Amino acid sequence: MKVPPDIRETLTALMAEYAMAIDDNRLEDWVELFEEACDYKVVTRENVEQNLPNVLMWCDNKNMLRDRVESYRHVNLYNLHYDRHVLGPLHFTGNDGPLLRFDVSYSLFQTELEGASRLFSAGKYRVEALVDGAAARLKSVTVVADTGLVPSLLATPI
Amino acid sequence: MNAEIHWPRNDYSRVPFRLHHDEALYALEMERIFRGPAWSYLCLEAEVPSPGDFRTTWVGDTPVVVSRAKDGTIHAFVNRCSHRGATIVRELRGNAERHVCLYHRWCYSTAGELTGLPFRKGLKGEGGMPDDFDMKAVSPRKLKVESCAGMLFGTFRPDKAEPLEKYLGEFGTGIIRRFLNRPIRVLGYSRQLIAGNWKLYAENLRDTYHASLLHEFFVTYGVDRATQKGGVKMDERHRHNMNHAYAATDTHEDAKAAYADTAARLDRMQLRDKKLLSFTNEFSDGMNLAAPTLFPNALLIQINNSLATRQIRPKGVGAHEVFQTVFGYADDDEAMTRHRLISVNLVGPAGFVSMEDGEAIEVVQKATRSAGDASAVVEMGGRGPVRDLTHRVTETPIRGFWSYWAELMGMEPEGAIR
Repeated sequence: MKVPPDIRETLTALMAEYAMAIDDNRLEDWVELFEEACDYKVVTRENVEQNLPNVLMWCDNKNMLRDRVESYRHVNLYNLHYDRHVLGPLHFTGNDGPLLRFDVSYSLFQTELEGASRLFSAGKYRVEALVDGAAARLKSVTVVADTGLVPSLLATPI
Repeated sequence: MNAEIHWPRNDYSRVPFRLHHDEALYALEMERIFRGPAWSYLCLEAEVPSPGDFRTTWVGDTPVVVSRAKDGTIHAFVNRCSHRGATIVRELRGNAERHVCLYHRWCYSTAGELTGLPFRKGLKGEGGMPDDFDMKAVSPRKLKVESCAGMLFGTFRPDKAEPLEKYLGEFGTGIIRRFLNRPIRVLGYSRQLIAGNWKLYAENLRDTYHASLLHEFFVTYGVDRATQKGGVKMDERHRHNMNHAYAATDTHEDAKAAYADTAARLDRMQLRDKKLLSFTNEFSDGMNLAAPTLFPNALLIQINNSLATRQIRPKGVGAHEVFQTVFGYADDDEAMTRHRLISVNLVGPAGFVSMEDGEAIEVVQKATRSAGDASAVVEMGGRGPVRDLTHRVTETPIRGFWSYWAELMGMEPEGAIR
């Protein structure tokens, strides 16, 4: 699918901010990249390939995303670590007016406090984003994780 | 390595940390428990509904195929070719008329019997297997399979095992029937690899004490508090147990008094989207939280309307996989299925009230590696005999677990409680 360079650039910047906001532990900024009526889901390729609907995480609106982040900040306890996302190029699959659909491969490394890094998750994002001039927002992100065997636990978002 | 254990006390109120790190003991556990007379959870009948359906699973560290034969009977056999030991079935699941090992194409029936092999008679009178080669004699080792309400269990030692009904007891069969009270629909799976000995997970599930302390989400948002009505129940042998709680049986004020540290948060924090915690009472007992654990490797779990089985898969002495099968009922409408999936946010590897377990187990494994002869202290809820309790400030079922573990391992202390 052919996409004008300025739109590709806008959406590439959106995904770069998506990754960097998580990696810099700016989860509140990450939430702000989404539309109010949005959907964020983490599923595994194992389930998707069998048409099974199970999720690892599912927020079907922005308030649920806010609740997740607030719970991480104040309530949940999890492995202390740094995240590092490495994203591939955007692969556009379709559009519906200003709504563009694209897939992006990711790998996510986790580094523990004493410095050891490991590959935590590999997979792809299936994204729907709304573009309005130079601004763009996320309508839905489905993380399809190849890594179905979650190492330790999944706390901070992918 | 010396596999003898020194139990500091005969009521298992001290548990040597070495039991989570000793390679020789791990090998013995695989032999005496998982390939011994215990009944291990395999999978659900609903996952192999039709003749030819199969699914691969694990019993301890042994790879196993569960398969429904043409006549509808369910079989389980070791997933290892009789010839040279290759994995026979490499897919996770599927449907097949027979199973063929990729290496030399040895062929197995859906009941797990060796039925043929290429060039058995040789070629042009040369080569081939000896005339008296007995295929039946070398077929893969089989497990005896039994179903309780659609939950499949297997044992490698039917000669020594109790009948399944007796093994589970009224306690176990009753609770399985509660969960599997009508046809189910599998909604999918999740997997988690925890860097800790499998018994740390078994202990975690028998410890109601930790639930509302480690999992602060429970208390903060009122899903489960020690102040709610509930308790722990065990089977007569104290090898299985169930932590449970009844919805809405405490007050906000009770909780604030009990959890002084988090009291401030109880007033301040509110979910913006409360549907995460909405609960439709669907069981006649009114429980919103039930977590029965069946020795050695099974768990059924209900947190509000999320339902699942979990299977513990030991992966060496220092790690285990938690394999979770999330289900609903065949008669759920679309809205109920969606509600169950939203509730899955609470459980599993990313669950608001379960993610901490992975971390707690890993930090125990890490810190106890160098603990030498030291032991864990297990006295919450009392010492001495193991009994059911109608309160939730206890870890007594942990002692029940160890007493049966020690019996199967042949390592009970003198005067051991059971």
